[in-house]
Amino acid sequence: MIKKMTRRFAMFYKYRFLLQNLIQRDIKVKYRRSTLGILWSVLNPLMMMIVLTLVFSYFFRFDIENYPVYILSGQLIFNYFTESTSMAMESVIGYAPLIKKVYVPKYIFPLEKSCFSFINMCFSLIALLIVMVLTGAKFYATFILALYPMVTLFVFSLGVGLFLSSSAIFFRDIIHLWSVFTTALMYASAVFYPVSILDNTPMQFIINLNPIYWYIDAFRQVVLRGEFFSFNHIFICALCAAIAMIVGCITFKKGQDSFILYI
Amino acid sequence: MDKKTMVEVKDLGIRFNLAKERVDSLKEYFLKFTKGALHFEEFWALRNVSLEIEKGDFYGLVGINGSGKSTLLKTVAGVFKPTEGSVKVNGTIAPLIELGAGFDMDLTARENIFLNGAVLGFSKEHMMEKFDDIVDFSELHEFLDVPLKNYSSGMVARIAFAIATATKPDILIADEILAVGDYAFQEKCEKRMQELLDAGTTVIFVSHSIEQVKRMCNKATWLEKGKVIMTGDAETVCDAYSSKY
Repeated sequence: MIKKMTRRFAMFYKYRFLLQNLIQRDIKVKYRRSTLGILWSVLNPLMMMIVLTLVFSYFFRFDIENYPVYILSGQLIFNYFTESTSMAMESVIGYAPLIKKVYVPKYIFPLEKSCFSFINMCFSLIALLIVMVLTGAKFYATFILALYPMVTLFVFSLGVGLFLSSSAIFFRDIIHLWSVFTTALMYASAVFYPVSILDNTPMQFIINLNPIYWYIDAFRQVVLRGEFFSFNHIFICALCAAIAMIVGCITFKKGQDSFILYI
Repeated sequence: MDKKTMVEVKDLGIRFNLAKERVDSLKEYFLKFTKGALHFEEFWALRNVSLEIEKGDFYGLVGINGSGKSTLLKTVAGVFKPTEGSVKVNGTIAPLIELGAGFDMDLTARENIFLNGAVLGFSKEHMMEKFDDIVDFSELHEFLDVPLKNYSSGMVARIAFAIATATKPDILIADEILAVGDYAFQEKCEKRMQELLDAGTTVIFVSHSIEQVKRMCNKATWLEKGKVIMTGDAETVCDAYSSKY
């Protein structure tokens, strides 16, 4: 058992350079041939955010202090989740030509996509900071704690990504279902409305079952409200991450030897 | 030189599910499942294959298209898992199966050298060290920063071969790679393989050119329809093979 674990780690260590290379490749290719290059990583989310800020400063005003930042923080977390899971889902299929020719540990591919999305999220975070300065939002010392929901969400998304990527190989429909599902999920994540409007409705129950809502809320707790996490935040974020990771690893490991026959 | 067994293949069987129509959507799966029509056509790409490759061998595989040569190579390389039987490999493998696996056509040659090295499991330091050798061998000095999509297939093959043979692997797996590139480069590849062989690398080699197998290999196996027809020294096997076709 321990021997097996150390061998896995040795394997992962050996391929860390591949992971690093693939991430670099993704970042390079994304903005290749644009004059501003890597700057787009920040500029792109920043411009999107400015558009949203302008739109939501005049439309749908809920009674929330600094509504634009409220939306953007929700979007930041939510977009990371959708991007990383959808990219991870198609990663193994996308790398089929490679997998058919060389032996490479297959979990590298969903892992790489999760890391790449995470880096994108960090760039978006810079954009969010700029918007916060522009809109005169308050900064709290608790901001640094935002790392907790971000990291647990990374583990959660990676677990979901592993599960999806191995299922999508056997059943391609999952790719289409997932995009529908994430759209539905967005409306149940309190991205652009305050949770309080759901009080005493059946939706309140549903939203509490939605892990993404908890990650978003934990993020807002420290970034917008400047308060420390509640016990629920800490507990639910960690628990969901652990469950997703375990389920993801088990399904991926079970399926990985037959991937090659289906891609 | 002690005759250490580098690759041991025992009763190997590889089975594919050749679904007549591929069922890869949930709807189809349920429909077929409820109708009881969910059966796959089994196809054994390899069955009861046993062979042993010793250190320093230049081992040839011959057979017509679809005889299972590439499947065997890919199983040794770890791409396929045996359905039955076992494959034991001692040492590092450099797979040259369809050159250029893992190249990204949008990246430059320089970037691709590192990417491909990483795919093969080499470290960054190692690639830095070998970089000049690779560039020298592939003779692509002035095109290093050109995206790979502007390269000809022969040039791509050169880089791929140079990367895979830059380090001294214990086992080199070569699948009809010498069919690409011009004559001069083919000769260069052959020479490099001979050098590796002299340095103690074991080579497993697939080629449709019987002359090449005869000239370069010391041992050979003839595969047909996934079964071993004959194993022995290259001369005998090649003669038997060419007398049949």
